Amino acid sequence: MSTTGGAQRSQSPRDAVARPRKVRLAVFKFASCDGCQLSLLDCEDELLAVAEAVDIVYFLEATSRVESGPYDVGLVEGSICTPEDAERIRQVRRECRYLVTIGACATAGGIQSLRNWADHEEFLRCVYARPEYIRTLATSTPIAAHVPVDFELRGCPIDRFQLLEVIRALVWGLRPRTPRHSVCLDCKRRGTVCIEVAQGVPCLGPITHAGCGAICPAYGRGCYGCFGPAAQPNGESLVSRFVSGGISAERLVPLLRNFNAAADEFRCQSDRLQRLGEGER
Amino acid sequence: MTGERRIRVPALSRVEGEGGLFVRIRGDRIDEVKLTIYEPPRLFEAFLRGRPLEDVPDITARICGICPVAYQMSSTHALEAALGVSIIPEIRTLRRLLYCGEWIESHCLHIHLLHAPDFFGADSGIELARRFPDEVARGLRLKKLGNELLEVLGGRAIHPINVAVGGFYRVPRREPLLRLLPEFERGLEAAVEMTRWVASFDFPDYTRPYEMVALQHPDEYPMNEGDVASTNGLRVPVAEYERQFEEFQVPHSTALHSGRVDDHRAYHVGPLARVNLNRNRLSPTARRLADEVGLEHPCRNPFRAIVARALEVVHAFEEAIGILRAYRPFTPSRVAYEPRAGGGCAATEAPRGLLYHRYALDDRGLVTFAKIVPPTSQNQRQMEEDLRDWLPLVLGPDDAETALQCERLVRCYDPCISCSTHFLTLTVARE
Ligand code: SF4
Repeated sequence: MSTTGGAQRSQSPRDAVARPRKVRLAVFKFASCDGCQLSLLDCEDELLAVAEAVDIVYFLEATSRVESGPYDVGLVEGSICTPEDAERIRQVRRECRYLVTIGACATAGGIQSLRNWADHEEFLRCVYARPEYIRTLATSTPIAAHVPVDFELRGCPIDRFQLLEVIRALVWGLRPRTPRHSVCLDCKRRGTVCIEVAQGVPCLGPITHAGCGAICPAYGRGCYGCFGPAAQPNGESLVSRFVSGGISAERLVPLLRNFNAAADEFRCQSDRLQRLGEGER
Repeated sequence: MTGERRIRVPALSRVEGEGGLFVRIRGDRIDEVKLTIYEPPRLFEAFLRGRPLEDVPDITARICGICPVAYQMSSTHALEAALGVSIIPEIRTLRRLLYCGEWIESHCLHIHLLHAPDFFGADSGIELARRFPDEVARGLRLKKLGNELLEVLGGRAIHPINVAVGGFYRVPRREPLLRLLPEFERGLEAAVEMTRWVASFDFPDYTRPYEMVALQHPDEYPMNEGDVASTNGLRVPVAEYERQFEEFQVPHSTALHSGRVDDHRAYHVGPLARVNLNRNRLSPTARRLADEVGLEHPCRNPFRAIVARALEVVHAFEEAIGILRAYRPFTPSRVAYEPRAGGGCAATEAPRGLLYHRYALDDRGLVTFAKIVPPTSQNQRQMEEDLRDWLPLVLGPDDAETALQCERLVRCYDPCISCSTHFLTLTVARE
């Protein structure tokens, strides 16, 4: 499954978004924490202006106004974990001319994708006394694994300014763009001393997609990969460096298996490390 | 079938997460009231097992994007209890400051964008802003200040990155916090005005005989510490929580319900419970304001929870101002610990009410057991009982209007369905 934006459709937003009519925007939620859609409500200075520029016609968390599709732009938060949701996302796709996934849950499967490595029945029994009441899938999968996605916005949570950029671009009928370099570069820009080099703290910055503003190293901790893999990540070499520096697989596997655990590059590296760790034992 | 009516709200709006409501009425008897929660379960308690304890605050934060700090606070305190770590007073104070930021952000979101629209028949905060532009703009400014505090202390507002077991990854410098001070002083005045506005709303004359549950602390308004207390006279240490309250499963919900252990009876957590149990420990301005706006003591009108929420915003501003003024950076930013096998629990006051966590650890510092009881699970049974009592009062010929009245009651609780899954669509069936 592609989780790094490979599933983009060739349709241009200009065809998708008919102007000058106001863009009809819908926000949908699947398995998630609501944090990414909250990012829109967290644009306190811009919220009322956004509500003027676009017509928010479906956004359950924020409004009781419910209009049916079709919609010009659909923002989708969350991953697919139930048979009903696997069906619902197809319906959502049919109703949205331009579909944007927002956040790690929607673009990679989220933290709940940890079930992909586990015995699902046992997981259900762990949380529920009567697992038979619960209907879920054994995996948590990104939206792009189910339907074509036009643009993916990364992060756990997404950055609200990037979200505003995407909405602005779509209002103007332009293709949204967000930088795809690594967190490492943003650390240099911020003037943060490299904590991997200076303190030997394992840091996913070199292979993680930018967008957060490189906050973790500035607060004295290693990057833990909220934005998923950067463009052309070299995870193998980073992981090898950590291992030769004496950091155990036991510490590295959970670091890679976070909110973007099921994103290709992170998954490959954590699986490789796990095999390595098992070989050591 | 004659005389049977079903009313359904397939998807509740202006709540966090996915849920609905289903009511079945036979003749004039309310047969069934269900908050149906179809938010897909994310199984946090299952996948936390085997994770290093250091990951827990970051992972549990992802249960809820609206109150991540609450999850970080309950988890760090529970893990610290398991490790035998006692934090230093400076860390304790900085954690209260962080919680002030989240209370401000979460409460102002609920008051202005989710709840106030109900009192004016508006669909959303955005629509409300057309009628009350100054009030909504003021609310958004207050909310933003909460977020700015979270950003300075936590690195970012949603899922802050600076909370660690034992303390903080890095303590903030004095200047960025001092820069917030003048804005917070104006914010306190604005929060007082906001409370007066909210208290002037037209509230249904409706009360319920709640048992209200919140933390209680001898000398402060509860956030991170205190005993579990109730308006029926219960007062026990947090370690006794599971002997008093129990989670159980119902077929119509992916969220576990919670009730008193003996008979699974409902109880009520949240801002109203906190104010009722701790009114004399509110900050001086909030305490005077509670009297000025005429909040009954105790208040058992669920619709007036919005007033309690506003008073807590005032409290949070006033407390934050005191902490900001006195703040000096300190070391160590976190208390060191050695992994050891053991268990520990903690409860803190999330914006929506008491949030209980319990963990067990092995000797390598890996989690072997996790239990998380969010406020909305605890309120779920109470919401259903309230609806049963409220429905005959609002039941009219028009199902849509009845459903709307039911949703209004549910929104008083500021339910967070994302949290409780591990919660709601009104579906009314009349037969
Ligand atoms: S990506 Fe992270 S912040 Fe966004 S909905 Fe998922 S868990 Fe929440």
